[in-house]
Amino acid sequence: MATLSVCQTQLGGFSFENCKRNAVLETEVTKVGCRMPAARKTGTTIVGVVFKDGLVLGADTRATEGMIVADKNCSKIHYISPNIYCCGAGTAADTEMTTQIISSNLELHSLSTGRLPRVATANRMLKQMLFRYQGHIGAALVLGGMDCNGPHLYSIYPHGSTDKLPYVTMGSGSLAAMAVFEDRYKQDMEEEDAKRLVRDAIAAGIFNDLGSGSNIDLCVITKGRVDYLRPHDMANKKGVRTGSYKYKRGTTGVLTKTVTKLDLEVVEETIQTMDTS
Amino acid sequence: MPLSQLKDSVPVTGMGPQVGAYGVQDTLRSGFSSVKNELLPSHVLELSEKNFQLNQDKMNFSTLRNIQGLHAPLKLQMEYRAARQIQRLPFLQSSHLALDTLKGNDESISFEDILNDPAQSEMMGEPHIMVEYKLGMM
Repeated sequence: MATLSVCQTQLGGFSFENCKRNAVLETEVTKVGCRMPAARKTGTTIVGVVFKDGLVLGADTRATEGMIVADKNCSKIHYISPNIYCCGAGTAADTEMTTQIISSNLELHSLSTGRLPRVATANRMLKQMLFRYQGHIGAALVLGGMDCNGPHLYSIYPHGSTDKLPYVTMGSGSLAAMAVFEDRYKQDMEEEDAKRLVRDAIAAGIFNDLGSGSNIDLCVITKGRVDYLRPHDMANKKGVRTGSYKYKRGTTGVLTKTVTKLDLEVVEETIQTMDTS
Repeated sequence: MPLSQLKDSVPVTGMGPQVGAYGVQDTLRSGFSSVKNELLPSHVLELSEKNFQLNQDKMNFSTLRNIQGLHAPLKLQMEYRAARQIQRLPFLQSSHLALDTLKGNDESISFEDILNDPAQSEMMGEPHIMVEYKLGMM
């Protein structure tokens, strides 16, 4: 008869059961010479800039998994609330789940207060959560939005520190993008100038950093209006084939030809649109 | 100064012998039994996450005591104790509705609500043993 044990009630949240097993597996795997599977990262260029009546957020659209491009057109500008959007760099799953959790919390909070949420609230919620997990949640974020006090732009690092600035860049292509900003940023720009500046900064990141690529997404947030431009610019179009490699009819001589007719009847016809966004 | 004498600190216990089913060392999950395995947590965040709620409560209660006086945390803790008694038997799932409302968990979502839902847990305790344990008869 087996001994019966008292089962402690399981709490929700992170479970660290398999950490020791994973550590042992990793040492075994490296002894053989293979590698553990890599998490999907968004080696990225994300930027934000404040202009006269609002702000512009920009991001590229490449997601990498080690040395391979995992997603050629992923969406890095996440919705937080109708007036607040957040770009995410780092581990793709972490940025996705973090922004979704904060979006839900902000919605509950704004239902409770009855007001439009403020960007500072989202910033505080994000930094408290990221500090609690001591940087193990790899999410580097650019948070921007428009509230009753005007446009606000924050950059949030994985360990929980934040900066409030008029222009920010994050991700592996941040240095290339920051070079463009430092050269051409001016206070109180017009909307078109700000969009052009962000587009050029992301393009600098795309062309000079291996981790960023594909298209440029833009999100313009002004009082009462949000323009989510996806894609704003297709900087890396796949090339068009210049020649046709099909052989002409008659290249191979035909010896015999038999035609068999298959009797099929159309039973049902459905159209399903493909998600080409 | 020994850690346990610091005010408001939550005592850190070792991880203990990692027993699985049948009272034997669970080698697959926790590795070979060694002194190091029993003392150190398997992940840097394990201890901090296990005691997170306790630490937050201690911090909040001591701040409340400093601002409003001793009566405030006393009254709150009495309410928590009352709400914690509204539960089903230990092996069944209870909703903790009153406790959640008091703590403010009904207005926020975090990883505790999304990951590792206790309602989906694969292990079930033996009902008689768990009730005896709770009543202190074991």
